[in-house]
Amino acid sequence: MAVERFPVEASHILMFARSIGDSNPIYSDESHAADTEAGSIIAPPTFAQASAQFDPDYFLRPKDGQKWFGSGGTASGTLAKKQDEDDSKSDDEKSGSSAGGLHAEQHFTYHRHLKPGDVLSAETKPGESWEKESKRAGVLKFSESITEYRDQDGELVVTARSVGVVTEKVIEQ
Amino acid sequence: MGLKADELNVGDSYSEVIVEDLTRTQIVQYAGASGDYNPVHSDEKFVTEVAGYPTVFAHGMLTMGMTGRMVTNYVGDGRLTYYGVRFVNQVWPGDTLTARAEVAEVREENGQTLVDLTISTTNQDEKFVLTGNATARVD
Repeated sequence: MAVERFPVEASHILMFARSIGDSNPIYSDESHAADTEAGSIIAPPTFAQASAQFDPDYFLRPKDGQKWFGSGGTASGTLAKKQDEDDSKSDDEKSGSSAGGLHAEQHFTYHRHLKPGDVLSAETKPGESWEKESKRAGVLKFSESITEYRDQDGELVVTARSVGVVTEKVIEQ
Repeated sequence: MGLKADELNVGDSYSEVIVEDLTRTQIVQYAGASGDYNPVHSDEKFVTEVAGYPTVFAHGMLTMGMTGRMVTNYVGDGRLTYYGVRFVNQVWPGDTLTARAEVAEVREENGQTLVDLTISTTNQDEKFVLTGNATARVD
């Protein structure tokens, strides 16, 4: 994943905070935020993940001129397609959270907190991969990716480490 | 406002119910805000007929986001220096989740006072759905 331009905007922060049920005014009220230690609206701790909205290659995102996935009259999705395409995909695309796979771990290191007006870029590099045997889901294939988010001045603001897992079979409940 | 180092003790804890009866609507809302439209989270037809799960389930990142709300309510806004989790069980519509932070250590690093927290989120059956750690600046 490479994101060239991820503009951090107040309305996006508001929508994101709503979606996690967080009504803290630090995420929406400029005058409240001005009187806090942060000094301005900031983004919730997991907001950097919404960079997916700005990743031109993100495979779950609608793209101009291509039919998007999703069930209409019949069931459709990305799972079967993902398996067909698996060999042609780079490690980078396979790592992290993806359809056909599940999100196993997510870690954020904050060098500073994001705020409206930031314009971020992000570079993702593959990390380690490993396998584990599980009673509930068969062989688990884990792969790690590291994403560095930099601001408009090139300063590192957030480092994210994501671990994705592809399960051999559907997890038993 | 952050926590005060001299008032913190190892083993102190804080918890919140972060969602009651999680709805499919909220899962869809998270998909829209985050851009993660993985059909296993919103497409009932796909997830039951193709993927083979009993119904849609929440994004791990939704649980991490809601758990993060408990963490920031405890440590204060803009205080986190690290927040990381493992998703250990799936979260389903109808679940009620409780998130908990426990003080593991208060320490000094590069002239800052930090608290390390052990984080966990459990469902209504007291099954862990998320485990992790966070570090925050304290006063």
